[in-house]
Amino acid sequence: MTKIIQSIGLVLFVLGLGFFISLPFLDSFKLTDEVLKSTLGNEQHYELLSEATKPMLDKTYTSSFSFSSDFITSFNHVNDALKAEEKWDQVIWDNPNDLTMRLAIASNQSFAKENKFLTFLLTFVVAIIGSLMYILPKVNDGPAGIRNNHIFHRALSNRGWLGIVLGTFLISFYILLYFTPQHITSWIFITDPISQALSGNTASQWFLYGLLYTIAVAVMGIRMIMKYRHSKYQIIRTLSVIFFQTAFAFILPEILVRLNQPYYDFKNMWPLDYDFFDAWHVDTLTSSGGIGIFMFAWGITLFVVGVPVFVYLFGKRWYCSWVCGCGGLAETLGDPYRQLSSKKLSSWKIERYLIHGVLVFSVIMTGGVLYTYFTGAGQVFGLETSNVRSTYGLMIGSIFSGVIGTGFYPLMGNRVWCRFGCPLAAYLGIVQRFKSRFRITTNGGQCISCGNCSTYCEMGIDVRWYAQRGQNIVRSSCVGCGVCSAVCPRGVLNLENSSEEGRLNEPLLIGNDSITLQK
Amino acid sequence: MKNVIIIGNGISGITAARHIRKLSDHNITVISSETDHFFSRTALMYIYMGHMKYENTKPYEDWFWEKNRIDLVRAYVNSVNSTQKTLQLSTGKELKYDVLILATGSKSNKFGWPGQDLKGVQGLYNFQDLESMEKYSPDTRHAVIVGGGLIGIEMAEMLLTRKIPVTFLVRESNFWNNVLPEQESKLISQHIREHHVDLRLSTEMREILSDSEGRARAVVTGDGEEIACQFVGLTAGVSPNIDFLNDSGIETKRGIMVDEYLATNVPDVYAIGDCAQFITPLPNRRPIEQVWYTGRMQGEVVANTVCGNKTIYKPGIWFNSAKFFDIEYQTYGHVWNQLKENEAEFYWEHPSGKKCMHFVFDSRDNTFLGINNFGIRLRHEVFDRWLKDKRDIYHVLENLREANFDPEFFDKHEEEIIRAFNQQHKGQSITLQKQKSLFAKIFS
Ligand SMILES: Cc1cc2nc3c(=O)[nH]c(=O)nc-3n(C[C@H](O)[C@H](O)[C@H](O)COP(=O)(O)OP(=O)(O)OC[C@H]3O[C@@H](n4cnc5c(N)ncnc54)[C@H](O)[C@@H]3O)c2cc1C
Ligand code: SF4
Repeated sequence: MTKIIQSIGLVLFVLGLGFFISLPFLDSFKLTDEVLKSTLGNEQHYELLSEATKPMLDKTYTSSFSFSSDFITSFNHVNDALKAEEKWDQVIWDNPNDLTMRLAIASNQSFAKENKFLTFLLTFVVAIIGSLMYILPKVNDGPAGIRNNHIFHRALSNRGWLGIVLGTFLISFYILLYFTPQHITSWIFITDPISQALSGNTASQWFLYGLLYTIAVAVMGIRMIMKYRHSKYQIIRTLSVIFFQTAFAFILPEILVRLNQPYYDFKNMWPLDYDFFDAWHVDTLTSSGGIGIFMFAWGITLFVVGVPVFVYLFGKRWYCSWVCGCGGLAETLGDPYRQLSSKKLSSWKIERYLIHGVLVFSVIMTGGVLYTYFTGAGQVFGLETSNVRSTYGLMIGSIFSGVIGTGFYPLMGNRVWCRFGCPLAAYLGIVQRFKSRFRITTNGGQCISCGNCSTYCEMGIDVRWYAQRGQNIVRSSCVGCGVCSAVCPRGVLNLENSSEEGRLNEPLLIGNDSITLQK
Repeated sequence: MKNVIIIGNGISGITAARHIRKLSDHNITVISSETDHFFSRTALMYIYMGHMKYENTKPYEDWFWEKNRIDLVRAYVNSVNSTQKTLQLSTGKELKYDVLILATGSKSNKFGWPGQDLKGVQGLYNFQDLESMEKYSPDTRHAVIVGGGLIGIEMAEMLLTRKIPVTFLVRESNFWNNVLPEQESKLISQHIREHHVDLRLSTEMREILSDSEGRARAVVTGDGEEIACQFVGLTAGVSPNIDFLNDSGIETKRGIMVDEYLATNVPDVYAIGDCAQFITPLPNRRPIEQVWYTGRMQGEVVANTVCGNKTIYKPGIWFNSAKFFDIEYQTYGHVWNQLKENEAEFYWEHPSGKKCMHFVFDSRDNTFLGINNFGIRLRHEVFDRWLKDKRDIYHVLENLREANFDPEFFDKHEEEIIRAFNQQHKGQSITLQKQKSLFAKIFS
């Protein structure tokens, strides 16, 4: 029975996902004069572009690529001419890909466009139901306990062909989402009904992303809970990340928009939230009355006071594996890949340079942005602050945290971004390393060096190195997910907050009086 | 600077090598015929089950050895000439040593059962055993495991992950009851059955039958029942792996005979770990200690001696641990399978049947002697201290919270345990040390 339900679930999931993936291939586009006019919403632009796009009008495109290529060619044609004539004030400065996306949405003629909600049901909802039918019956799999069986035998979780396929899919998804959203318009507008219910607006690519993200955290969070159903720590922690993603990151900001308040995620924080100090953001908040000012003050208090105090009391886990959105995705969608993180000493070396490098970069970038904000000067030490800002946004914000951070789950483990790139993790980690009550306690001499803890550490910490010499684990990168403790077959590891005394202990294996008595 | 040669790259030999390197500049060579690098034998099951790859079970990265100037040699030592101080290797080479440390571990016991050398019949001790298990698993439709110890239960768990049904023949009337008291033994037997293992207690194996190709096809039990199977796991204990020492002049009985310095009868030759047998066993301890922890301690002790700091092997309070399917087990001090004279006990079991604690104390002065705990993690450091300080059972129970090592948010059972103790001991009313308030927990 269980097997049948699971098989049906798997089929439904594959169907839902398959339909979803096929949507962009079923698209057709027809640009009309009317659509062009209303989408551009700018008389001057319309005049400039309507001439150039004449050949496109009323033509049926069956692929977003030809549509996009024709439009962008016309767009560049117009702009290049203006630039050649040095008519800088007339040049259209809009991002051509964004503009194409808006046009593509408006001129999309597909079945999905006519039946948004139905398509949403047949893709999202069918896949969700399928996943749950696959996940929930696992409760009948026998007694609860650690079941990492076959993880290294499976193509999905051991960098086999399925892992590579999934990685490629995720990487492509991020590239489309960040750089060329005009190719995924049907994915975007089928979420309109949900977006409209929440904020009243039609969906953007960021709404689509937020929705997918939240569903991934929730569904795979349920999987995590089923897998670790014998561990209350894992259950509560997973519920926490599901809650913060759904309520704080996804629903609340949309509702704020509906109430004409600034879009704001109360749990996000600088420097992870790297546009917090951007001029437009500061201006939006400070011009939105009391609530905007509160948001601004809250955002600053979080990283100035919240980080040191909470990291001192509980370790950086309070954020990284209980609250954070990136962490939330890593702990749920990413859980099946935690064993793929490299435990090599050489990786740790790279990690330290990289993550602290990004922290420095983010501080310099923000400093520059603020300098420009307050003084109006565009340059500091010969550097264009807006260039530094946009380089950061592209290299760190999009490519590192998204394309690499998530796209590489099935290849390099689920915490690539958190481990090598996140400037907030670096900051939390520095506090955790030097001033915190948190540690993973090693239980005397009980370690048998089996390696489960190191293998399943998503941050690539060689936990066993410490455990087998009777030393507590105090590492800046530890996000406190607690999985080392869960998989340890000998009860050696425990995440604890306790007095700082004895936290950084000398390696000592209890039990050998021949040696310890002499000292 | 001496030439120190260590035979065996298990936990004992490697611990010795590491500590000799820390303490001295001696030349260190470690010889093993099993694998190129040290790996954790205790993790063999996880490789088979796909929890880890062989790579993951190596406690040190491969560059570690060269960096610490520990030479690794992959070869079998055919014989030792202790007068010439030379070793003859399977590669034909001869090595000269100044100091020799034997850390050759164990091999699986075979008690002369008919059919014990058939294909598909094996123990589980070394890496080659794992490879052989892999080889025979695909066409095994049913497996029989003989001998109810820790390795047997691990083998059962392994085979079940490949969907191979297991019949488990245990000679004793309850699982592992030569070590565990009856209560724990029953609890574990129950849990084994919960995992759909066909556990046959008080059942011996008479012989293994062969098919036409020399592969096991069935096992015959003591009362003549024939159980069809294609794989037979022999897990009735291990014994020292010392056959190659026969003509070496080094004294052996079951193991290599050593004194309290782990020295053999031949000068500059030591033996540690599973292969060593104490001429005078320590009080309450076995003459041959076949656990990870003692091997590790002995490695450190012998390193000190070899480096000129003569050290007696003096293990502290006994401790051990294991995992039976999903139930973790830890023990501190001594809990024998039968109460000894002047011993009293207190046993608590959780209604789930998956957690229990078994306390043993001196019936005359109530000194706490040891604990077995299942399904609950306890702090080694705290029990080590209580046992060393000879605390009484009341102190232990009253302060039980201090010893809890379960993860945050786990159900705590100290109150139930105290209540059960007070009920079983009329006239006693011990009270649990108060729990810290949430505020105190966070800030103190
Ligand atoms: C499956 C399994 C699970 C276990 N689980 C636990 C546990 O949970 N807790 C616990 O405390 N203990 C456990 N043990 C026992 C523990 O692993 C052993 O006590 C320990 O590994 C012994 O270490 P050692 O260094 O003395 O010998 P070994 O690890 O056996 O190392 C000896 C090495 O020497 C090599 N060797 C032997 N003779 C020669 C020769 N002539 N020439 C060259 N090389 C040679 C062998 O090939 C081997 O590699 C387990 C054992 C097994 C098999
Ligand atoms: S999982 Fe536990 S026993 Fe295994 S190496 Fe880690 S701490 Fe040691």
